[in-house]
Amino acid sequence: MKARLAASLIVTASTLIGIGAEAKTLRWASPTDITTLDPYAHTESFTTSMLHHVFDPLVRRGRNLELEPALAVSWKTVNPETWRFELRRNVKFHNGNPFTADDVVASISRILDPSARARGNLATVVKAEKVDDFTVDIVTKGPYPLLLNDLAGIYILDKEWMEANNALKPGNIATGVTTAASTTAIGTGPFKVESYKPDAGTTFVVNSDWWDKPQHNLTRIEFKPVKSDATRVAALLSGELDLIAPAPLQDLQRISSSQGFKVVEEPSLRLIMLSLNFRPELKAMPGQKNPLLDEKVRQAMWHAIDLETIKKRVMRDKSRNTGTLVAPPVPGYAKENDVPLAYDQSKAKQLLTEAGYPNGFKTKLNCPNDRYINDEQTCVAIASMWAKVGIQAELQTESRATYFPRQDRGEFDVSMVGWATLPPMDGFSVLSSLLTEQKDGYGGSNAGTYSNPKVEELTRKAAVELDEAKRRAMLVETLKVARDTVAYIPLHQQPVAWAVRDGVDVPQFPDEYVRLWFANVK
Amino acid sequence: MLKVPLSRLGQAALVMLVVSAVSFVMFRYVGDPVATMSRENASIEEKAELRRSLGLDQPLLVQYGRFLTRTLSGDLGISYRNQRPVTQLIAERLPATLELVIVATILSLAIGIPLGVLCALKPGGIAARLVQAVSLIGISTPTFVTGIVLILVFAVSLGWLPSFGRGQVVDLGWWSTGFLTISGLKSLILPGVTLALYQLTLIMRLVRAEMIDVLSSDYIRFAKARGLPTHYIHFRLALRNALMPVITVTGLQIGSLIAFAIVTETVFQWPGMGLLFIQAVSFVDIPVMAAYLLFVGLLFVLINTVVDILYAVVDPRLRARSA
Repeated sequence: MKARLAASLIVTASTLIGIGAEAKTLRWASPTDITTLDPYAHTESFTTSMLHHVFDPLVRRGRNLELEPALAVSWKTVNPETWRFELRRNVKFHNGNPFTADDVVASISRILDPSARARGNLATVVKAEKVDDFTVDIVTKGPYPLLLNDLAGIYILDKEWMEANNALKPGNIATGVTTAASTTAIGTGPFKVESYKPDAGTTFVVNSDWWDKPQHNLTRIEFKPVKSDATRVAALLSGELDLIAPAPLQDLQRISSSQGFKVVEEPSLRLIMLSLNFRPELKAMPGQKNPLLDEKVRQAMWHAIDLETIKKRVMRDKSRNTGTLVAPPVPGYAKENDVPLAYDQSKAKQLLTEAGYPNGFKTKLNCPNDRYINDEQTCVAIASMWAKVGIQAELQTESRATYFPRQDRGEFDVSMVGWATLPPMDGFSVLSSLLTEQKDGYGGSNAGTYSNPKVEELTRKAAVELDEAKRRAMLVETLKVARDTVAYIPLHQQPVAWAVRDGVDVPQFPDEYVRLWFANVK
Repeated sequence: MLKVPLSRLGQAALVMLVVSAVSFVMFRYVGDPVATMSRENASIEEKAELRRSLGLDQPLLVQYGRFLTRTLSGDLGISYRNQRPVTQLIAERLPATLELVIVATILSLAIGIPLGVLCALKPGGIAARLVQAVSLIGISTPTFVTGIVLILVFAVSLGWLPSFGRGQVVDLGWWSTGFLTISGLKSLILPGVTLALYQLTLIMRLVRAEMIDVLSSDYIRFAKARGLPTHYIHFRLALRNALMPVITVTGLQIGSLIAFAIVTETVFQWPGMGLLFIQAVSFVDIPVMAAYLLFVGLLFVLINTVVDILYAVVDPRLRARSA
């Protein structure tokens, strides 16, 4: 009895000391909150990034965003439509249950359920089949080169837990279906959810049984959503937070000049561009031929934009100008495509004259004012630059809540679009959503109805090309066609800016995910 | 005797019906949640399917009918943004807002009344003039400016008080309170002062005006002539009478404080009803917006109905006229 008491005292004392010596808490804030803990009930990128702390996918993005093994250790294609995954052994869920092929099959079947909100994230998968306890086959509808990209966003849940809690069917934020998984997250990931209070905060504690060797030194994460930019900055400067992501551009100067704090920034994957109306008429000039249908006019509009000034004045030198529709880390990027048409007013005027518009023309220019970094100011600048060559742009800005539905309905002439190629992080998403005609599930965001036979052909070929080198060459070729025909006018790559207190080391990623399993605090 | 309350309740129900219709029609113009809920490369079919599953493809009248039936059966729907029942969300947020409003009201009464009295008793004095001048600033500065300035001074520069959130809260059944912990109390100070400021100046000015009015009335002059002690005249006779309208205004103000603490709650990330609403607006979270507007409508209808009924009970003339 005495011995046991002494032993338990020692254990208690050592855990106390252990906590005292190593307790590393990271407190951070962002303007948005976690929508739901059910990874299949939503398609929102911030929530996906947060849940990655709790769940693991079969393959994940590494330190340089390369795809690397996670819950699957290796994979091969058995035939063009079947991929075989060898699973990691000795992995445990947060509740102690072992991870096996059954969990993968149950999870994949759960997201394949037509009522899952995130069904589209795994659109081409038909089924998952167990081969043995640690081998799973995933069958796709036709050859599909981007399966691994898709799987990197599909988290694996515990089958036993889902069965016991009646959560085998997915939730859906759209239809309002909730399950036990909406408020409880049992994964295999580096952190466990300790408490989840919407709009007040979520805390995570480290999972000491994580299968991977931790590269972080955190024991606890306290996340608080703070919507107001000024308050978020104030809370960092007053020492209540260790990290804010994102940090508002207008405050970066102030934060970096405060002692004990620094700003970390990097260009993000998100490219900002102008979408053009390719319909027979412009909204601004009903009854007349649409001048934007003339390639020379589109080139003139591009030549008339002074990207350098926008970068310096509007984006405070934090953005990167671009001439193509994907960011450098994304497959499909090619340096030779990434050359914007030079700023040249006389060239622009000359092109307009050649096209038969020596005195310019009228168009509408629509922009959101709360979606992209300094979106409204960018459009104000563009409107005044166009005015100098005779293009009268009638500028209208509005909130994202009304802007995007109108853009989807094709109500705009020239409008701002941001594209980050997420979640697949592949140039193919530009082809399939922005450049193709709206049919067969393609062209989902091609609001201006751009259409080009060469693009249509190449996109459909690239969709089933399993040879990665050939596929990338197709992407590059298609994006060259898009640039040569001025399908969109690319502007710049948006920055990601975070602010931290000294002693916090958090790597930044261009996809804007916060990956705290790489974070170290002193 | 029962006729007045009954007719008032009938009117209240009618008002609520109109509020529900107006709030519902408004959502036609605040946008479409499909854009905020879709992933970036969603296809046209996917977006149409989402719109269908939200019931947004139906005619407005059908949508309103469904909304009304559900609401009457006590179901306010599931939030698009939080994926939780709206009733539960509101029940969770209500304590935060109510505690903030209580603190703000106490602050505004505790400071506003003495200052008002001070200004009324010595209208030409330096102190009174100073208070009047400062109160002008108080009444004309927008809440978000006051909030940010307070944060900059007391949280960032001095580091005395937290800049956002409720601090540690204690759960007492369904009520979570910040009154029982040090950090909870500290967190209440800045948003409480911010929210109280406008009301404080309002009360101060009201007390001052009423006091000056009362002090010049006959019974005060008679009391003075009788040689009653000054503090007795000022505080027992004058202030008591001056307070009647203050009580009415405070009661009505509590309603608008609960309903419109939105700005203060956003600045301080105070997890109350206002924050819930403002985030619902930016996400086009229709169930939450509808429920919130209904709640605010109900609050005002309730306050006004109770006040009306009380008037009738207190004032026999009103009773007689309607009978």
